[in-house]
Amino acid sequence: MPEVKKIATRASYGNALVELGKKHDDLVVLDADLAAATQTGVFKKEFPERHIDCGIAECNMVGIGAGIAATGKVPFVSTFAMFAAGRAFEQVRNSVAYPKLNVKIGATHGGISVGEDGATHQCCEDFALMRAVPGMVVASPSDDIEAKAMVEAAYEHEGPVYMRFGRLAVPVINDKPGYKFELGKGIVLREGKDLTIIANGLCVAPSLEAAEKLAAEGIEAKVINMHTIKPLDEELVVASAKETGKVVTVEEHSVIGGLGGAVCECLSEKAPVPVKRIGINDVFGESGPAVALLQKYGLDTEGIYKQIKEFV
Amino acid sequence: MEILELQKVANEVRKGIVTAVHAAKAGHPGGSLSAADVFTYLYFEEMNIDPKEPKKADRDRFVLSKGHTAPGYYSALAERGFFPKEDLKTLRHLGSYLQGHPDMKHIPGVDMSSGSLGQGISAAVGMALSAKLSNDPYRVYTLLGDGEIQEGQVWEAAMFAGHRKLDNLVVIVDNNGLQIDGSIEDVCSPYPIDKKFEAFNFHVINVADGNDMAQLKAAFDEAKTVKGMPTAIIMKTVKGKGVSFMENQAGWHGKAPDDEQYAQAMSDLEKVGEALCQK
Repeated sequence: MPEVKKIATRASYGNALVELGKKHDDLVVLDADLAAATQTGVFKKEFPERHIDCGIAECNMVGIGAGIAATGKVPFVSTFAMFAAGRAFEQVRNSVAYPKLNVKIGATHGGISVGEDGATHQCCEDFALMRAVPGMVVASPSDDIEAKAMVEAAYEHEGPVYMRFGRLAVPVINDKPGYKFELGKGIVLREGKDLTIIANGLCVAPSLEAAEKLAAEGIEAKVINMHTIKPLDEELVVASAKETGKVVTVEEHSVIGGLGGAVCECLSEKAPVPVKRIGINDVFGESGPAVALLQKYGLDTEGIYKQIKEFV
Repeated sequence: MEILELQKVANEVRKGIVTAVHAAKAGHPGGSLSAADVFTYLYFEEMNIDPKEPKKADRDRFVLSKGHTAPGYYSALAERGFFPKEDLKTLRHLGSYLQGHPDMKHIPGVDMSSGSLGQGISAAVGMALSAKLSNDPYRVYTLLGDGEIQEGQVWEAAMFAGHRKLDNLVVIVDNNGLQIDGSIEDVCSPYPIDKKFEAFNFHVINVADGNDMAQLKAAFDEAKTVKGMPTAIIMKTVKGKGVSFMENQAGWHGKAPDDEQYAQAMSDLEKVGEALCQK
């Protein structure tokens, strides 16, 4: 079997910023002493004058981003998901979203796959927090190709966007002909009549593998890559629920308020069907290698497969 | 504009504050009145702005970091012609564009939405930085309360502004000495304010009486000569200035006058206006 190309979406974020920076003079990147980790360091190397290190002061960084956006430039504020959505929540809400300023939030190190740093840095609540803010677009890519497309789409979108990227290198899965990224439009990766699996981020690849395992046992799952959590592609969610009668959501996020929450809110009103939410079950993470953590918390192929088997 | 003319305008701004807060039956008169002179100075003398073109690209920017004193801000903007003075009576009313705290999306002349304390200064710093990045000549002003500087974000912003040598930024602190729970010294003293800003690499100008136009003029003129560092203007003011029964009363931080108090306040201000006309 050929070696699968793997890259962390945080690296894709940095690389995408460099490409966009070449095209757009008004793009400014802000970081809070994490340029090496968020990978905005590559942008700094290319455009040192447009890379603003704010020091370890995320709330101020978000406010500075708001001020920069108010003068017409397009800032990408970059830090870990924990600090972007958590620590600076109120700055995001009041200084960015309320005045609908054109600030892009590049939140890296989302989810438990942060690994060894442990629970303090493993943000599994960011989708829920950001989704509750009016007008905020919330998205998380499944691989390198999607991450780059997402950063570009975020630049083109007028208004605030929250993007969650990962620390762990993940396989490239969107290198198929015809791949097209559009904010707010889910992508059907596999057709199936027995259930629908809706996943995002690094859970998309193992969800596809789980679907293959299920297929070997005669259970055909439709698999959707729902890279945008808000606005949710409700049309696709409702149609798929009606088509397959059962839905499973898979995300590296709390089962409360994230993709699973969004899908349940939509379906309970528009097409009630049984839904199983696979994610972090209202607990904090812990230190350990990322891959081992994903396994322990049931977000690897085997874990997803087992939880779906129990559900169907 | 002559000092006397500025004083007359400031008195009109005060009338607008009292009228707006009375009509709203809520709002923050105390800190609006203490800052009425600096609002007037900024919008009638200091800043490069055009009420006919509120969003012109090269305008100077102002961020009201102490956003709850929106009545003072709105009254100055209305007096300057950004919107009709008559609209001040709709402050805080359902459906009015004059929101309880500044809303840049709907209010002509407002450069930044604000109100959650400590956040406005960061936005102002971002604007000043943006001007530096693209070599734009505009200057950025932000007004903070002396209680507001208890917020940690203020010092994150100050550290950054000093580090980046943002000499196009003027941070003004309205040192009226009172916050909701009482004297700032009793609640959680921010003193010494000037030495704090100095330590954050600001050029600091102390204004002994921030309700005195001539002293404000001297301070802002000095600020324009400062190169290589941001300026902090720490101005001593009187909370509730101009309305006898509101002066130096923490209780008038966020309370509206009733009809009788409104009549008394307007009478106080009429007298000040008449005295200014005698000069």
